[in-house]
Amino acid sequence: MPKDGGIGASTTRREDVRFLTGKGKYTADINTFGQAAATFVRSTVANGVIKSIDTSAAAEMPGVLAIFTGEDFVDVGGNPAGWLINSRDGEPMKEPKRPVLAHGKVRHVGDAYAAVIAETEQQARDAAEEIIADIEELPAIIDMAAALAGDAYVHDEIGTNQCFDWGWIEDNRAATDEAIKNAPHVTTLELINNRLVPNAMEPRASIGTYDAAGDSYLLQTTSQNPHLTRLLISAFVMGIPENKLTVIAPDVGGGFGSKIYHYGEEALVLAAAKKVGRPVKWVADRTESFLTDAHGRDHVTKIELACEKDGTFIAFRTETLANVGAYLSNFSTATPTFLHGTLMAGNYTVPNVYVNLKAVFTNTAPVDAYRGAGRPEATYSIERVIDMAARELNIDPVEIRRKNFIKPDQFPFGTAAGLEYDSGNYDALMDKMEAIVDRKAFEERRKQSEANGKMRGLGINAYVEACGIAPSNLVGVLGSRVGLYDAATVRVNATGNLSVMVGAHSHGQGHETVFPQIVGEMLGIDPQSVDIVHGDTSKIPFGMGTYGSRSLAVCGSAVVRATEKIIAKAKKIAAHMLEASADDLEFTDGQFTVKGTDKSVSFGEVALKAYIPHEFPIEDIEPGLEETAFYDPANFTYPSGAYACEVEVDPETGKVTIERFTACDDFGNVMNPMIVSGQVQGGVVQGIGQALLENTTYDENGQLLSASYMDYVMPRADDLPFIAVDHSDGTPCTHNPLGAKGCGEGGAIGSPPTVVNAVIDALQSGGKNVTHIDMPLTPARVWAAMNNA
Amino acid sequence: MYAFEIERPSTIADAIKALSEEDAQALGGGQTLIPTLKQRLAMPATLVSLTGIGEMQGVCIGDNGEVCVGGATNHATVAAETAASYPGLSGLAGNIGDPAVRNRGTVGGSLANNDPSACYPAAALGSGATIITNTRQIAADDYFQGMFETALEEGEVITEVRFPVPEKSHYEKFVQPASRFALVGVFVAKYADGVRVAVTGASENGVYRWSEAETALSSDFSKDALDGLTVPADGMIADLHGSSDYRAHLVKVMTGRAVTAAA
Repeated sequence: MPKDGGIGASTTRREDVRFLTGKGKYTADINTFGQAAATFVRSTVANGVIKSIDTSAAAEMPGVLAIFTGEDFVDVGGNPAGWLINSRDGEPMKEPKRPVLAHGKVRHVGDAYAAVIAETEQQARDAAEEIIADIEELPAIIDMAAALAGDAYVHDEIGTNQCFDWGWIEDNRAATDEAIKNAPHVTTLELINNRLVPNAMEPRASIGTYDAAGDSYLLQTTSQNPHLTRLLISAFVMGIPENKLTVIAPDVGGGFGSKIYHYGEEALVLAAAKKVGRPVKWVADRTESFLTDAHGRDHVTKIELACEKDGTFIAFRTETLANVGAYLSNFSTATPTFLHGTLMAGNYTVPNVYVNLKAVFTNTAPVDAYRGAGRPEATYSIERVIDMAARELNIDPVEIRRKNFIKPDQFPFGTAAGLEYDSGNYDALMDKMEAIVDRKAFEERRKQSEANGKMRGLGINAYVEACGIAPSNLVGVLGSRVGLYDAATVRVNATGNLSVMVGAHSHGQGHETVFPQIVGEMLGIDPQSVDIVHGDTSKIPFGMGTYGSRSLAVCGSAVVRATEKIIAKAKKIAAHMLEASADDLEFTDGQFTVKGTDKSVSFGEVALKAYIPHEFPIEDIEPGLEETAFYDPANFTYPSGAYACEVEVDPETGKVTIERFTACDDFGNVMNPMIVSGQVQGGVVQGIGQALLENTTYDENGQLLSASYMDYVMPRADDLPFIAVDHSDGTPCTHNPLGAKGCGEGGAIGSPPTVVNAVIDALQSGGKNVTHIDMPLTPARVWAAMNNA
Repeated sequence: MYAFEIERPSTIADAIKALSEEDAQALGGGQTLIPTLKQRLAMPATLVSLTGIGEMQGVCIGDNGEVCVGGATNHATVAAETAASYPGLSGLAGNIGDPAVRNRGTVGGSLANNDPSACYPAAALGSGATIITNTRQIAADDYFQGMFETALEEGEVITEVRFPVPEKSHYEKFVQPASRFALVGVFVAKYADGVRVAVTGASENGVYRWSEAETALSSDFSKDALDGLTVPADGMIADLHGSSDYRAHLVKVMTGRAVTAAA
């Protein structure tokens, strides 16, 4: 087997050939004979009572086939939250219904209250403009603190805007309070983790098809997670039996979390397809993406770090308000809690951690997991307050972190926030980062910047996160309503090539390249003879999709397990062919050999025998060579990193320029270093976007001011530095067969505090008494901070 | 987008005739109008495209040495063809938007729209340009009348813009990071009879001349000449990307940088 194609090789991404030559097939590319178009009528006010909806004029418009309003869906279920969170007092969270179409009230700008099905999209849009809705606008509930204090509610039926009031770990509350009260030094920081719009390049799109002959449905949709979408539609929303519903997520142009979830548009096109007897297609425009894709982050936090005068950490305590928007999206209750609070010990041996988090309904778009999902919020709070404490105590920012790091010989380490980290070497990462940065040379670079009239700063950061989501038993205890295993079926074809059906969905990750590298390595065959099948619930085993950096650690492990089963069965067949005992065979480089002899058969010969079972021990071995494995991880994986960022700040304009960025990560064993580098760089770019550029702003009326690319700043190439990455020599994950840790989100988790720490360092070095600026650090904000200091 | 008819006249006369029809709308490079149509925010019956009119295309040098730009000339052409004759103008045109914008957007379209954050109004006002239409000539000082407001009459088309060439000039733009329009842009031009300073992106009234700076720079064309001046924040735009204080501050900073770059 060519070693350059197996595990550890930077194999070129095979899927890129079709993506880069325009041959990718996305949902919007699919056109079916007889298809009709759907368009949605969306609220232009953030909060309002629907008094009446008159569709009579619209129904007479050319080409109109059907019109739906919320009234049509009162008898079907709501789109549920996937995790049940209990408040500190034991009360379960509030779960107002999230209907297919708004009924009774509209709750955010963009909330759909009607849909038009017509022959063409133009006709549907023309007709939609003729729908006359009498909506009585109410004051918008936007600010979280005001939402909690006020007596007007996003959902009147629950009589509060508080979804839950969660404590983690509640039993540690008193001890943490006591530790902080008695601490020699306490650093307090109030910060905002800014709301982000995911901005996948491909907008959401869905096509519903109904087959009256079989009373069955097909949904082609932009999903990271086709089986979960099917489950939600079947079990909660529409009641379509799972065996009567196929969900296909074809090529998907980026998700970043926003396409994990089931959205009402998917249910609508299915209902509409049945009603009009034709396929019904909807493709979001960019404005709909801004207004209705689940947003990310949006925390307001007060964090306190208590420490000894020498910088030894005693306690972290946070109080956070987390915006869930107008409705609970599927993972919205897990993201700010178990993906956030559990990480609040960071990389540190700190003995006391307590997190209080209140989730708040507002008249804004739903907020849910976005690349990093909870862990960026945790890392940002921890690493910003540590930086501030180091400055207050006059301790070097690297040294204060090293002083408190969990040391390599302490793993597995149970943290004060309730997780058990399996492996890591945080000092080694810091060593690597420091070597690349060369702090002595930095001082020279700083002088050079000063000579050019610029302030230069160095920000450093350490992070650890929990991904490879997730052990079902553990998350079940924590409130998850689903299991979080994954599955793979390895099908060896008669001629020796393979089809591998996986539950994970690839929308940029490179599964079609990496999974064959693993199978090829294990079977000693050319990875190019292995093809991955994903995204079609009628073809793949029941998997839980792709998010939370889980594809390799969880689904990849399922691929390993299924391939091991293949080898075990092939060995039995080979033993028969070689007239030897299976115990006497060894399998190397694709050959089964009787130990100590030159008698051998190749894997390909065994595959052929399995499908042409002549002279076959049919009483002992079934024909065929196909195996399925489900893999449920024993723990999360815990990637970690040490990051550094160097910035220049223009004292006249406040503009921040990133001069250098260094990301040293530990992802355990790396399957394809090139793809991992790309994942880190992409994540860092998104983190830089959050730190400097992306400013999601609702005004007091609930209008999204940054609802287009004229105002919402996505990072562009000329905003970015060269990003140095290093992910060599990781500490292997101890509990999955690949020793791999998830690599999809580390970049987005580690980078925002690194950038902000760098800017604060630059301002301090330039004599400005600025200790914190909330993200994004736009020129205007930096300038204002400098001039108020 | 609503359905519309499109006319592609090849002469100014035909364009003016087509524009006299009900609900007809002139289409330059479409960099503002097409997105507006896509959002269903405008509903013209007919678009009259001006880019196929030969007599409105191209750059030449006029009898008095001024740079004459056809109203339908795109930014990339202006950038390329004025590089030697008027580098300040070339630099401004070559830094508008991105290559796609520069190869579609036109000088006439930009000036007719008079977006308060657009670059071209600063060049026209800063150069004391003359706006030539199908019916008359308008001095830049009379042409710009506020945010999206100009002296153009209904159906009047900018056929040419004549820019007197200064001794020294420079356009300094601090970009709004999303749109890359000017958050504040300042065009400084030094002529034999004085300095002109035109500011775009900052004022709620659109492009304007900073006369105090003009006076100071006319006697001393250096950044230091601005030292004693302050720019009041009253009437400055405030939005997501910057307060009125910030914009007022940037006017002075960008003016100083433009002077330094031009000198």
